[in-house]
Amino acid sequence: MTEIFGVPTQALFGQLLIGLINGSFYALLSLGLAVIFGLLNIINFTHGAQYMMGAFVAWFLLNKAGMGYWWALAVAPIAVGAFGVIIERTMLKQLYKLDHLYGLLLTFGLALIIQGLFRNEYGSSGLPYSIPSQLQGGQNLGFMFLPNYRAWVIVFSLAVCLSTWFVIEKTKLGSYLRAATENPELVRAFGINVPRMITLTYGFGVGLAALAGVMAAPIYSVNPLMGADLIIVVFAVVVIGGMGSIMGSIVTGFGLGIIEGLTKVFYPEASNTVIFIIMAIVLMFRPAGLFGTPR
Amino acid sequence: MAAAVLPAQRRAEIGPQRLAFAVMLAFFVLGPLAMYPVFLMKVMCFALFACAFNLLIGFVGLLSFGHAMFLGTAGYVCAYTAKVWGLTPELAILAGTAAAGVLGIVTGLLAIRRQGIYFAMITLALAQMIYFFYLQTPFTGGEDGIQAVPRGKLFGLIDLSNVWAMYATVLAIFLGGFLLIYRTIHSPFGQVLKAIRENEARATSLGYDVDRYKLAAYVLSATLSGLAGATNALVFQLAALNNVHWGMSGEVVLMTLVGGLGTIYGPVVGALVVLAMENYLATLGFWVTIAQGAIFVVCVLAFRRGIIGELARLIRKPL
Repeated sequence: MTEIFGVPTQALFGQLLIGLINGSFYALLSLGLAVIFGLLNIINFTHGAQYMMGAFVAWFLLNKAGMGYWWALAVAPIAVGAFGVIIERTMLKQLYKLDHLYGLLLTFGLALIIQGLFRNEYGSSGLPYSIPSQLQGGQNLGFMFLPNYRAWVIVFSLAVCLSTWFVIEKTKLGSYLRAATENPELVRAFGINVPRMITLTYGFGVGLAALAGVMAAPIYSVNPLMGADLIIVVFAVVVIGGMGSIMGSIVTGFGLGIIEGLTKVFYPEASNTVIFIIMAIVLMFRPAGLFGTPR
Repeated sequence: MAAAVLPAQRRAEIGPQRLAFAVMLAFFVLGPLAMYPVFLMKVMCFALFACAFNLLIGFVGLLSFGHAMFLGTAGYVCAYTAKVWGLTPELAILAGTAAAGVLGIVTGLLAIRRQGIYFAMITLALAQMIYFFYLQTPFTGGEDGIQAVPRGKLFGLIDLSNVWAMYATVLAIFLGGFLLIYRTIHSPFGQVLKAIRENEARATSLGYDVDRYKLAAYVLSATLSGLAGATNALVFQLAALNNVHWGMSGEVVLMTLVGGLGTIYGPVVGALVVLAMENYLATLGFWVTIAQGAIFVVCVLAFRRGIIGELARLIRKPL
């Protein structure tokens, strides 16, 4: 068996693959957080719970309605996004005039409620969700075995991230969005319905989290607490990348996933903490984040 | 007395605050007649923890979402030094408190580099790192924690396994910490902190080194949280992972929010309310978490002043 730095290539590429998968989820989640923060000035602590809800909607659809993975991929983001819209309309809307911290506290409370309700109903152990039949099996690449589903997750998340980047940076709709981030009053004066844009943006960010949840369901089991610790890592990713740049979120998400995967190979004891350590180092040398601008 | 040189406004505030202090003192002195002393000791530990947390959010405007790391660190160090090194309780508590202070310096230097929402995310992430560290490192006993910590003899004389000796010790520590925070808030140093909270740029332009003030407040808050955590570990003779978990960081935010952000007595009332609720709901599984979440939502949407904040508004005096 071939080895690189004394590590079997199989293990190395296996962990790299897991790193890329985790990186896809970091990218999707931090992208959603960044888009929401840009327009609402709120850090959405419910993001992890909404990711979990996406996975649960997929599980419900399969077990209660007989609708498979592909349906879930479309329905879950819309359903959870609609739930997000209701939260924004009924609660978050009231907080825009206040200190940003209240948004964080409110969404933290909502996350506790949602995770508590799901735990009461389904316990803390995971529910299984199988890989769709079209994506079972895998390819032997010679140096490693690549399961089809994992390849799909990486390619699809990358496609979603890049489309989001394209819409925000290169289209008319995106230019309204960026303008509203800079100066909402002025954009309103041009006759654009900014409150509706804010609502839909929140729904979209939440939908991205739910989409990540659906994709995670076959890899990690569907579990009420699957998003609880993940959201803290994603916060660290956001601090490292800085929330100013969409592409920055994507690159940081994937990059940190890979670094975490490599840490699992070379120094497994630190694999849980490596992202936090990187955050500390980045704070020392570039406090505004790798892609952020100080303000 | 000093009251003669105080501004008139401050003199008018002192009356209700003295009364509030008397009520609080009477509650904790007479409380054991009606409630379990261990429960009240827990309330005092967490009241001190919440007061220390409130020093930061209420008077400097910094929301730390990682304060459990100080509570937990001090608990582990206190438990370890008392059990393995055989230190007397006062030295073990000092060791735990000092450890939390050192952790406060290290994390504070990093966290104060960003403001507002980023500060909250950074402290949360740093606390999660500390959590994983304690989960893996051998001295904490991992999932089991450090159990059967001896309470020992205070100054080598007073046996703290006697519940009333322990109660008096905890009461003294709580009052000491509380008065220190009270004194800090009303000192010139505290006035500068409030100026930073209200308008950081203006405080800078007046020549104050804002970062140094923030760091000092952060370290003081961390140290006093550590004092609470170390005492708590001796009361329960246990140091465990749940005191370092992000859930605990959220709980102290909740206590302070319920009682009233930026009030003096709010965190004490908040700690009592939240812990009493947990006690009653303890048998109902995850309903505790759901109830906590619901209180967060209600407080943020409709009750932002908190219990003591509303009371203070009624009598138009700060409490």
